[in-house]
Amino acid sequence: MKTVKVIVFHPELCEGDLACERACSRVQYFKSDEGGEKSALRIAKGKDGKFTCTVCNHCGLCVDLCPVLALKRLKSGVVALNRGACVGCQACVAFCPTGVMRKAPGHIVPFKCISCGKCVEACPKKALELVEMNIDDLEREVYARHGRVCP
Amino acid sequence: MKGPEKTITCDFKPRTLKTEGGFETGNTKHQWDYARIRAAHKVLAEYKYERRGVVRGYAGRTLHVDLTTNEIKEKPVTDDMKALFTGGKGFDLKLLYDAVKPGTRWNSEENELVLAAGPLCGVTQYSGTGKCLAATISPLTNIVCDSNAGGYFAPYMKFSGFDAIEIQGKARQDVAVIIDGAEGVVRIETAPLEEVNSHLIAEQLTHMYAADDTDAARQKVAVVSAGTGSEHSYWGCLNISFYDPRRKVARLKQHGRGGLGTVFRDKKVKALVVRIDKMDGLSNDPADPDKIVAAGLRHHTEMRDLDPHQCCMREVGTGNIVEVMDAYDLLPVENYRFGSSPRAANLHSQHFYKRFTQVIPDGCWFGCTMACAKVVDGFTVLTGPYKGMRFSVDGPEYENSGGCANMGLFDPDWVIEWNFYCDCYGIDTISFATGMAFYMEMYEYGILNKERCGGLELVWGNGEAILEFMHRIARGDKHEFIVNAAKGIRKAKDWLKAKGWGDPWLVENCGMENKGLEFSEYMCKESLAQQGGYGLTNKGPQHDEAWLIFMDMVNKQIPTFADKAEALHYFPVWRTWFGLVGLCKLPWNDVTPLSNAKAAEPAKVPEHVQNYADLMTGTLGREVTPKELVAQSERVYNFQRAMNVWMGRGTRRDDWIPYRAKGPVTEIEYLSRKDRYDKQLVEKGLATKEAVAKMTVAEKRDLLAGYRDDQYEKLSDAVYYRRGWTPNGIPTPQKMRALGFGGYKELLDMLQRKIGEDERAGLNKWGGQYGKDAKYGKDESPPTAEPRYWEKW
Repeated sequence: MKTVKVIVFHPELCEGDLACERACSRVQYFKSDEGGEKSALRIAKGKDGKFTCTVCNHCGLCVDLCPVLALKRLKSGVVALNRGACVGCQACVAFCPTGVMRKAPGHIVPFKCISCGKCVEACPKKALELVEMNIDDLEREVYARHGRVCP
Repeated sequence: MKGPEKTITCDFKPRTLKTEGGFETGNTKHQWDYARIRAAHKVLAEYKYERRGVVRGYAGRTLHVDLTTNEIKEKPVTDDMKALFTGGKGFDLKLLYDAVKPGTRWNSEENELVLAAGPLCGVTQYSGTGKCLAATISPLTNIVCDSNAGGYFAPYMKFSGFDAIEIQGKARQDVAVIIDGAEGVVRIETAPLEEVNSHLIAEQLTHMYAADDTDAARQKVAVVSAGTGSEHSYWGCLNISFYDPRRKVARLKQHGRGGLGTVFRDKKVKALVVRIDKMDGLSNDPADPDKIVAAGLRHHTEMRDLDPHQCCMREVGTGNIVEVMDAYDLLPVENYRFGSSPRAANLHSQHFYKRFTQVIPDGCWFGCTMACAKVVDGFTVLTGPYKGMRFSVDGPEYENSGGCANMGLFDPDWVIEWNFYCDCYGIDTISFATGMAFYMEMYEYGILNKERCGGLELVWGNGEAILEFMHRIARGDKHEFIVNAAKGIRKAKDWLKAKGWGDPWLVENCGMENKGLEFSEYMCKESLAQQGGYGLTNKGPQHDEAWLIFMDMVNKQIPTFADKAEALHYFPVWRTWFGLVGLCKLPWNDVTPLSNAKAAEPAKVPEHVQNYADLMTGTLGREVTPKELVAQSERVYNFQRAMNVWMGRGTRRDDWIPYRAKGPVTEIEYLSRKDRYDKQLVEKGLATKEAVAKMTVAEKRDLLAGYRDDQYEKLSDAVYYRRGWTPNGIPTPQKMRALGFGGYKELLDMLQRKIGEDERAGLNKWGGQYGKDAKYGKDESPPTAEPRYWEKW
């Protein structure tokens, strides 16, 4: 069974510190401390006061959308972008079923979570966790949900 | 403009797209000795140039290649040139105007084939941004014909340093022109051993000129080629390659119209190759990339969320409208005699969907999420020299299916077979289908027969005969029919008349050509505006200038002559704007945003027009408004018309269309829609119901023809007036000056001379001079009381 480590969020533990976002933006190619628009994972507070997290689950739909094969699933199962090959078309950004392929202002090459775990380490409340998931299950779900041909 | 909201139900099953690690097409594998082929090349000329990047959408120079003298040089792109002509087709026309003479013909030494990008060509963040605009003096029309195609050539040419390439002169032996953007060198090389036909030579040259043996390197090569069909017909097309790294196939898009491939092979060019070493999302050097990305993401999101409920372009491409056209009696069946057929159900898009191998992304340029370039992989060829081999076949697009309906060919496998060979031999599918449909009709009437056709049985739907005709063209068969038929409908009509075969009126009015170019595949009998959309055009009857059928006929949004004239001013200008900047028109209105439901003029898709203004603003770094986009295009549109006049065409006479485009030519057509036509005779006050009941079919047909011809002339009046042209269709010097062409003194003098000649010949009057003169009734009036209205400007 092929697996991939996916970030799993425990909202009941989160206090909205956003250390995770800042940690993420530090490992992205533009090396920023800002978090927010420059973080691949995003924490948001809903109207009910509860936190939500959006982050890549490595379903791999973007791999199929890239016209230059710049997105690949690595041996680890992680879906990663080869920045040197990317032509900045943003198809992956627009079509990502969970909206987690990101584009930062001022940078044409998108970016995404690579399950490096820096956000997990950074969270003071242990609200984030890396969990092994079955790739087939992830793919089956996304392709079923976004059936037809185009997602 | 799509018509009413969703008229088809997509009954498509989900299918998985997994493509990682490539896709097995099942195609025949070719083994070529590339080293030997390459070794046979002899460099005839070499030109080294300074490599420099694109600046705000422009490479800043064009390339001129003379194949007679083997001279290669570059020319600067001036600010004036950008201001007047914008780019793309505008540059094509400017360069052609400088190079040719009024008497230049397609095979003249000085004729040029020009291929140009535009300032938005090579953007990757918006759908449809990789178009190449090619133009030449056409063998079919003797005036400029332009045609656009996707594929990687134009963006790569620009990234290599050139906004356009002019190919002039003729080589003495087969050559390839290589633009090596990686090294900064342009070469003319002999190319004796390559194949001629596009499917093969595109693959050969992609492999030969790739920097290394990887898909990434092959994807940085683009090849322009034609085929043996281009050598022996006036219907030659150009194929532009785009290497698909998933299928590992050099796929093809076509510059179909006007015989560009014929000129290409007449110049003995086997291929035009461009190679780059690198590119990225900013290679077009936009001033404000994020503005472009924002527009691109809006459009991508529409493709994701709305396309599955609108046109299904991502699933079936342009073929989605076959069923719509069939339902609205607009699908040309048996040479435009009928608008639908029970058998056309076989060509509805779901039948091709089953055959398409969906390996998204299928766009012909990076970032096109409309992705309409669909493919049948591993198609086993049924006939001809490649019989039994397996190829990836791009298409069919709507025009191909529509063309097959026109030939009475309703078998999807034969559609694909025919589509394959058209591309492979470098033959325009539209001209071929419309031409063959005409020959088949003549065959039905006995004007042509098996003996006169060299043994071909051209009965409707005879796929084998259709293909055999094409193979014989490609082989250079010298039979009188093959030679004359392959020169297009106009010359075939003259041939039939010279032979004394058939009633000349019937021959003239059944063959669907205007200015020498064959009609594209829409029925326009019931839409006067679309008749104008086909006839009142610059290059000939191609729907890229105007497609007004639904606005006019179904939605009834443009009831008066003035309304139609406004539409025939705006839409041709708008739709040809895409050609100035290197864009595809489809993403403009083949998906419509939610805001369109409340838009004042939904046919214009205002939100998308604003997107295009944003793309221009984001690229050029100065504010560009939708109004300016239209002004850019109006300039070039009028310049092309003025060039037509300069070359002896471009008048009302040239805008005349055969009666088949306006109404029923034959009794069988009249009878097939008898209720519709009888009703119109009464409604228009041409006869009473009782009188109609007593008339013969021929009498009723003639009465209707008189009315419809009259309507077409009145429409021409209204359109010429709206465009600022004389009653004979000449753009006035005053108009040209207002558009910015004051510096083109010779052109303006020529127009003034022509208007003077028209005056002496009595042609500067409203009401028509070519067909029967239109008579304005008591409730009607010409567009202005003063025929020489422009003199008061």
